[in-house]
Amino acid sequence: MATKTIVTPSAPGKGATLSNEEILRYSRHLIMPEVGMEGQLKLKKARVLLVGTGGLGAPLGLYLAAAGVGTIGVVDFDKIDFTNLQRQIMFSNTDVGRPKIQAAADRLGALNPDIRIERYETQLTSENALEIFRDYDIVVDGTDNFPTRYLVNDACVLLGKPNVYGSIFRFEGQASIFGYPDGPCYRCLYPEPPPPGLVPSCAEGGVLGVLPGIIGSIQAMETLKLIIGKGEPLVGRLLLFDALGMKFRELKLRKNPECPVCGTNPTVTKLIDYVEFCGIRGEEAPAPQTTVPEMTPRELKARLDRGDDLYILDVREPHEYQICNIGGNLIPLGDLSRRVNELDSAREIVAHCRSGKRSAEAAEFLRSAGFRKIWNLKGGILAWSDEVDSSVPKY
Amino acid sequence: MAIKIMIPTPLRAYAGKKDSVELQAGTVGEALAALTAQYADLRKHLYAEDGRLRSFVNVYVNDEDVRYLQKDKTQLNDGDTISIVPSIAGGARR
Repeated sequence: MATKTIVTPSAPGKGATLSNEEILRYSRHLIMPEVGMEGQLKLKKARVLLVGTGGLGAPLGLYLAAAGVGTIGVVDFDKIDFTNLQRQIMFSNTDVGRPKIQAAADRLGALNPDIRIERYETQLTSENALEIFRDYDIVVDGTDNFPTRYLVNDACVLLGKPNVYGSIFRFEGQASIFGYPDGPCYRCLYPEPPPPGLVPSCAEGGVLGVLPGIIGSIQAMETLKLIIGKGEPLVGRLLLFDALGMKFRELKLRKNPECPVCGTNPTVTKLIDYVEFCGIRGEEAPAPQTTVPEMTPRELKARLDRGDDLYILDVREPHEYQICNIGGNLIPLGDLSRRVNELDSAREIVAHCRSGKRSAEAAEFLRSAGFRKIWNLKGGILAWSDEVDSSVPKY
Repeated sequence: MAIKIMIPTPLRAYAGKKDSVELQAGTVGEALAALTAQYADLRKHLYAEDGRLRSFVNVYVNDEDVRYLQKDKTQLNDGDTISIVPSIAGGARR
């Protein structure tokens, strides 16, 4: 894929120039012929929108600001919490509780006072996406859910903006550029999102700390290349990264002529309801329809204190049990059908997990297997920590 | 033909926690059938109820998407690598 012009250089004489301070700051760019004064002025003129300021957004924001991208827009509506700090290196301990967008603007502004940060403290929706995207040259997708990914993709295709894509899961990442002139889009790769329920549950989630740094840095590099118009952009190629094996692989990505958004006869010509398109919540299954009675943590505590004979069944994974437990008997959900004979159907069983979702599934399964005295602990170990014993850590 | 199938992280739980599986097959369809025969739990993650490959799971022979080859009937050569690449959404992850 030949390089196309995304940011046009300013006309001689009337464009922006660099101050002496900027020349010093960008010296290591300016002395490279691939960037030079022309490339640096393109960077200064460029307008890049970051959707999401999380794990991917952290290296993206920092590197784009450091490199002198003149205008960086940031979209996020979240607040920083302690679980973010393991990988979201734009934020500090003292930022916990602050809106991400404020902390990001402060951090990027402190790193490079010569650039402009435009804040959008809002959830990206079908109603506001086109309006927000319109004034940017490039959109960088650092989101964490399917509805927003399809929304970003479709909006970029409709507006003809390149979409620098990155995605991560545990220790594996993907990166590519969609929406490039004549290039494929995200829907060419994946026409539809997974239905809720077929996506790995919270037990299998998680992300190795450095991974978003690597994938986000690749996105930042591709963004810089698009702006300066040099090199071979990651278009028509899906880069796969496996951190455990420390292997990069590359797959061919083709523009699908039948793509509903960017194909020859598109059926999606305006933004749709992406939450509906992706199923409820997009990433998580709806709470399973359960007929199993629930027990609150307080009720459980009261009954245990009374000395009732209850069998506590913990259906989480062994590595979760090591983080914390409430003395339950561990049989991970995935092993339950194999180990069901270890349970005594004559006893009352209270199933629990981290939040109550997996244990509802386990309880439902046990009922179908003939167990009658089965309860699901409402809200799981998180609720136990909130309502009964705050010494049990939450994770 | 001796084939290697790369199992992506989200599906390893349904494939004995393996990151790759080696088996004998002549076509992509045969390879995936042999894989899901060995690991039955994988089936519902790869195929929809109508028996078609799910639209959020792509299958590649070496670096080429089988949708642009002969899909299930794509012939395999000794030493080919099949990659199963499902969509993943993570990024910021709250």
